[in-house]
Amino acid sequence: MTAAATSEPTVRPVKIAGVSTPIFAVLALCVAALFYGALALVGNEYLYFAGYVVLQFVVMATAWNILGGYCGYVNFGSAAFFAMGAYTTVSVYTVITDMSKTLVGQLLGTIPPPLLLVGLIVFAGVIAGLVGLGMGYLTLRLRGVFFSIATLALSVVLQTLVVNWDFVGGSRGAYVIRPNEFPLLPGGFIGYLFVIMLLLVVVALTVARGIERSRLGFGFAAIRDDEVAAEAAGVPTLRLKLIATTISGALMGMAGAPFPYYIGYLQPASAFGLEYAVNAIAMPMVGGTQSWFGPLIGAVLLGSFQQWATVSISSVLNLLIVGLLLIFFVIVAPNGIIGFIGDLSRKRRLAKLARAAIGDGVRP
Amino acid sequence: MSAQLLQISGLSKRFGGFTALNDVSLTLAAGERLGLIGPNGSGKSTLVNCMSGTLVNDSGRVQFDGHVLDGLAPHKRAYLGIARSFQLPRPFGSMSVRDNMRIPLLYTAAHRAGRQRSEPEIRDRTEELLRLVGLIDKSDARPIDLTQVDMRKLELARAMAADPKLLIADEAMAGLSNAEVDDILNLLMSLNANGISIILIEHIMKAVMAFSQRLVVLVSGNKIADGAPAEVIRNEDVVRAYLGQ
Amino acid sequence: MLDLYLNAIVSGLLLGGFYAAVTLGVAVSFGMLDVVNIAHPAFVILGSYVAYIVNAKLGLDPIVTGVLVLPIFYVLGQAIYQVSYLSFERKGSDSLRGLAFFFGLLFVTEVLLILVFGVDYRYVEAWYIGPTLRFGFIDLPLRMLVPCVLSIVLFGALHLFLSRTYTGRAIAAVSQDPTALRLLAIDPVRIKRIGFGLSIATAALAGAFLIVIQPVEPSVGREYIGRIFAICVLGGMGSLPGTLIGAILLGIVESITTTFFGPSWAPAVGFGFLLATLAFRPTGLLGR
Repeated sequence: MTAAATSEPTVRPVKIAGVSTPIFAVLALCVAALFYGALALVGNEYLYFAGYVVLQFVVMATAWNILGGYCGYVNFGSAAFFAMGAYTTVSVYTVITDMSKTLVGQLLGTIPPPLLLVGLIVFAGVIAGLVGLGMGYLTLRLRGVFFSIATLALSVVLQTLVVNWDFVGGSRGAYVIRPNEFPLLPGGFIGYLFVIMLLLVVVALTVARGIERSRLGFGFAAIRDDEVAAEAAGVPTLRLKLIATTISGALMGMAGAPFPYYIGYLQPASAFGLEYAVNAIAMPMVGGTQSWFGPLIGAVLLGSFQQWATVSISSVLNLLIVGLLLIFFVIVAPNGIIGFIGDLSRKRRLAKLARAAIGDGVRP
Repeated sequence: MSAQLLQISGLSKRFGGFTALNDVSLTLAAGERLGLIGPNGSGKSTLVNCMSGTLVNDSGRVQFDGHVLDGLAPHKRAYLGIARSFQLPRPFGSMSVRDNMRIPLLYTAAHRAGRQRSEPEIRDRTEELLRLVGLIDKSDARPIDLTQVDMRKLELARAMAADPKLLIADEAMAGLSNAEVDDILNLLMSLNANGISIILIEHIMKAVMAFSQRLVVLVSGNKIADGAPAEVIRNEDVVRAYLGQ
Repeated sequence: MLDLYLNAIVSGLLLGGFYAAVTLGVAVSFGMLDVVNIAHPAFVILGSYVAYIVNAKLGLDPIVTGVLVLPIFYVLGQAIYQVSYLSFERKGSDSLRGLAFFFGLLFVTEVLLILVFGVDYRYVEAWYIGPTLRFGFIDLPLRMLVPCVLSIVLFGALHLFLSRTYTGRAIAAVSQDPTALRLLAIDPVRIKRIGFGLSIATAALAGAFLIVIQPVEPSVGREYIGRIFAICVLGGMGSLPGTLIGAILLGIVESITTTFFGPSWAPAVGFGFLLATLAFRPTGLLGR
């Protein structure tokens, strides 16, 4: 009895329901369909507009967390990857509208916009993934902070490039006309954009959760915990870090690709907006970085709050609150909401065990 | 004696102006038990780090099992069959003891066997190793909740999970009680009986003497003795290095 | 053509001197104390705004203001280090949270400045902002020359402090050999707190120099992140002479870029420098 009590106060790691990744994808699709169905029933177009932004942040936060939360490498350049996706769309769109006389322009022009968008998302993912790979290749051999600093500067340099690139509108910005109609779905083209982003959320969450449970995910966690020990245990750390930057960057680029259609008029300042860089970090930190569920919770909470707050308070004040929340959570609840809840239940269990042990101790 | 498993020749390593290793040469036969001793700061850990690839040596070379290791990343050396424990335990802090074992099983052991183990096989092998080192009751504990002794055991179990040909145990016994030292010694002996070569770096002379077939002494980065343990500890240079002039 | 080149190089030298002052704090915090303060540019901008308010309300010279608020920034730096130490360093938690903390500070400072002052450019008035010295065809605008000269004075003063005084030498050694410090009965945490306070204090002056050189708005700081860390790494992380050389090099290259390709390309130069340094020469110019 006493022996059992002394070996008991060990904490079982929280095991999430063990469905396989394909089943998870199907379940996530079902939840997404229900969610969409509920919104369609309400039938308010504003909900698509607001919901799109929240979903976009879910993808961004999940993507950030694959590198930041799983591997422990901080990417400050989320806005740059997002903008890469957005500007991929703008440049292809410009080829279609301004170069309609050329063969490429004509060919691309024949693709119906809904289909084109899917192609653009894939294309943006490839480009942003390759940039992530390149950045990683140049800086990931060094200490992690150098990678972070390089990503911090990446936004500035890409913004400089875009501002000087007249083809995509330079500093003035560029129009991307959103088709008004979309016959198949309620809510028109904005409803379609919402559905697309909802599907991207399913993809991102499935990828993140799939990684977590795989050999890759264990390798990532080993890198985060102790890179030297990970190498000694046979984890090819550089290769895994490159995989993480590529996947993370690609997902961010994919989240950015539909944005020009959403906003209609894309300026460098909005594509490289501060809110992407800060939210992509703050959301996982607030929710919890160790599992796919944390960024989801954080993005839904912070994202919805911001959608509500932009209506009632200024957008700058809004960002200030996000920044303060980030600092608050980093200091007070470093494992986010999920970690905080986990700690509470752990403490309660330990206290119960301690009481039990004291009860045992009365007997000699 | 059987074929050479490890050949180190003319190995040097400097940090700034400080010479940590100076022209060290060393061989290890397959199946041999080698003790490596020396005062603090004599270069033992640097030598381990150069063998396992954590540090890059300035000159000289390391050959292992027919491969030249120069420029190979640590994980590739692990795949060839070199496993190590760290002097200061470096567990994966966010994982349970059980999951700590999973990393070498998923990577090095899988690579060496040429196939991935199934989940039940991973569980069985993990439990086998944890039972061997006496951590089976703490499979679900977090490293932060382990004692120093248990951390050292985890360190050893994790190295063994890689199915190595050579195990380098860097002060695996520091801080252990006599009974625990004997436990670990027995463990190492039984591993060795299964054909694993072992380099033991240790301060506890009783353990080193009981364990080693051969003893190597490093002092300020130089190898000053190499031979049968009983002879080496009578060597005048060694006595002087340990007792001072 | 020649005069264009020469003028570009001279103004690059002047700019480099100023960059040295901006980087100085990071050379101490990142290079010596191993605290990755990516929020440093935000404190520089904060320094600019302090100089601006005092200048606008009381008409005081911006650089004099910078000197006067040095102690306030020093205390602010100490306070920030204390929070960071208690929350992250002491617990030995991963660098992830420390980085996120400083990123949060960078962000919150910028947003606060936007809230209070808006996004308009602000500038100061001082006698040396208008006039330009002329030597043949070489121009020496005083608004560049004064910050550059004073930067080098600041640089020299800090260099003397770090190399000649007991505390200064402890700061320079603290991250390399904390055990040795403990043996000398020096508290490494106290040393790091002092060092970090100094590093933030330099931002007060650097900010004053900045607003003398150019009008400032809250997001200007972001452009300096690439520059500062490029210089710091290029200079060999914590080597003050290296930092000065790196700063002047970057200043000249940027100035030539501005002259021949236009000012909108200048921010990319720092980043290019940074990436190239990290990829090919991570130990810095003077590194082994």
